[in-house]
Amino acid sequence: MTTLTMAQALNTALRDAITQDDDVVVFGEDVGTLGGVFRITDGLTRDFGEERCFDTPLAESGIVGFAVGMCMAGFRPVVEMQFDAFGYPAFEQVVSHVAKMRNRTAGAVQLPMVIRFPYAGGIGGVEHHSDSSEAYYAHTPGLKVVSPSTPADAYGLLRQAIEDPDPVVFMEPKALYWAKGEVQTPGQPLPFGRAAVRREGTDVTLIAYGPSVPVALKAADAAREEGWDVEVVDLRTITPFDDDTVARSVRRTGRCVVVTESHGFAGVGAEVAARVQERCFHSLAAPVLRVSGLDIPYPAPKLEHTYLPGVDRVLDAVARLQWDDEPDTRWLDSARGGAA
Amino acid sequence: MASRTKGKADSGFAPPDLRAEPPATLRDYYRQMTLIRAFELRANEMYRRAKIGGYCHLNLGEEATVVGLMSALEKRDYLFTTYRDHGYALARGLAPGAVMAELFGKSTGVSKGLGGSMHLFDAKARMLGGYGIVGGQIPPATGAAKALTYRGDPGPDAEAVMCLLGDGTTNIGAFHESLNLAAIWHLPIVYVIVNNRLGMGTTVERASAEPELFKRGCSYRMPGERVDGDDPVAVREAARAALTRARTERQPSLLETMSYRLKGHSVVDPATYRSREESQRVRDLDPLPAFRSRLIEAGVLDDDDAKALEEEAEQQVAEAVDFADKSPDPQVKDLFNYAYATDVANASRRLPAEPVFPVADDSTGGAS
Repeated sequence: MTTLTMAQALNTALRDAITQDDDVVVFGEDVGTLGGVFRITDGLTRDFGEERCFDTPLAESGIVGFAVGMCMAGFRPVVEMQFDAFGYPAFEQVVSHVAKMRNRTAGAVQLPMVIRFPYAGGIGGVEHHSDSSEAYYAHTPGLKVVSPSTPADAYGLLRQAIEDPDPVVFMEPKALYWAKGEVQTPGQPLPFGRAAVRREGTDVTLIAYGPSVPVALKAADAAREEGWDVEVVDLRTITPFDDDTVARSVRRTGRCVVVTESHGFAGVGAEVAARVQERCFHSLAAPVLRVSGLDIPYPAPKLEHTYLPGVDRVLDAVARLQWDDEPDTRWLDSARGGAA
Repeated sequence: MASRTKGKADSGFAPPDLRAEPPATLRDYYRQMTLIRAFELRANEMYRRAKIGGYCHLNLGEEATVVGLMSALEKRDYLFTTYRDHGYALARGLAPGAVMAELFGKSTGVSKGLGGSMHLFDAKARMLGGYGIVGGQIPPATGAAKALTYRGDPGPDAEAVMCLLGDGTTNIGAFHESLNLAAIWHLPIVYVIVNNRLGMGTTVERASAEPELFKRGCSYRMPGERVDGDDPVAVREAARAALTRARTERQPSLLETMSYRLKGHSVVDPATYRSREESQRVRDLDPLPAFRSRLIEAGVLDDDDAKALEEEAEQQVAEAVDFADKSPDPQVKDLFNYAYATDVANASRRLPAEPVFPVADDSTGGAS
């Protein structure tokens, strides 16, 4: 085991994949000479040559569509969109072609490609550099959507994404790029669809992924002081979704809060809440609540911490999970304003 | 880089000398053109009889362009087309029955009926789609050309990519992104603008600041050329020269073929944006009778030969329609089979009226 930042773990995963599979090529804006804005591809061109990692012009739709063509000729491209919102010019290719090609050709074409997105906020990056855009992709059948929260998961999930026969939207939480953790290298791909119980607890389940996992863990620690024993489930992959782990946890604890950094309305958190109530209705002692980013465009740096769902808002939601014997309907008033 | 116009432009092009061509070749071009014509007319009819769903864009009036381009393209090359793709599929060797069945949405279609008219695809024939969104094919075609550069060196036997697009498509971003990529990376690709002078109902002149579209290659130092799309030999020659540049020099090109579509944008478009006079003029310019007359004049065909080829085409298309009609519909049980290569638990396979959850579950008081 080695201690790596998430950025280093991702870089190592790319290196190991390039070394082990001649079909893996990496390209995107400034991924070569510069090594990427966040240095995820640092040194790949130097060490493996321009054939394996190369710079592209500013042309997101071109880059993603280009990867489609390379897949058709047998490659496994890994492309980088420089920031979350820089992926929108490529949206047409992602939704209309990447996601639909396999179905359209009755399985004749597979697109084993990875689109990497540095995403979400918390680094003073303002709008279009801080978006949580995962719901757009999760809403699209044909795509797999992944978001790691630890360096070890970042390594294993990226290896799996590259090996996976389906196109993968790989969402890397920017705010966690510099977080450190133990990573086994060279390591194995981490199978998709297996959520991790990050912390066991008996009273309430917090469900999170990517940048919201450390927030949920901090909230769980703080809740201990209030006498609540909080379990934290890290989804790791949004698609495929691990219903079993989620339902098993909530049936045991009977209470559930979903924490996401994205906007709340029509977001992944809403999907999780719906799935939980469908599967755990008779086990629930309280409504499933959501804690999310506010339903406004991502704000300027001085206000971003108001936007972000922090420990206080998570704890506030936990406190409203009808802990009294008598039903507590105060949540009705606050729910009127949208997600908790 | 040179940009030029060759052949007859709305009849300013000089037609190539047919006597230099082997008669059998010319005869085969006419055979293919009549097959496409017959196929498209029957597709039109089948659409109106509700045998074909979705949208349906015909190559009527573009047969010479189709046959010229496909004659230049070798088997080892790759083809990406627009949604107006039936003729290209036929000329690329896809069986008319399987193509018609795809239009009908039948399980015997080239993509089991899941792709439809706009997404004809056959990996073996190296026809990599049929793209239903304007310009969707351009970046993938460019990527495929890049992939070819990993496989072998340039040379007369190298593989190349041909990417078709319509005149309106030259105004979208992906067109410019892709041409730039192809030029800076020296990719073996030929972009072909099939200019039928109308983006749906908007003329090229109203839509494009530079209506001589082949000149847009200049921005990317890419040779551009305009040819008479009503002449299969002229189209073939220009396409072959561009493909040779792609193979031997990895020099991408931008070719523009000039033709008219005889009908509306799609089968449901009555083309009311065309005046009566304009419609008549387009009919007068129909490349099929024009090529037929030229072949008869050149002594390649006589009227009986031509009629025999036309009847043969009718027969082939009748068989294709019969095959499509008698083929089974796709099965509902296969509806979920192709979205992902691996199982995705949350990608529900539940059909309407089936229970939301399986009945038996070990749940501890759960809803399952």
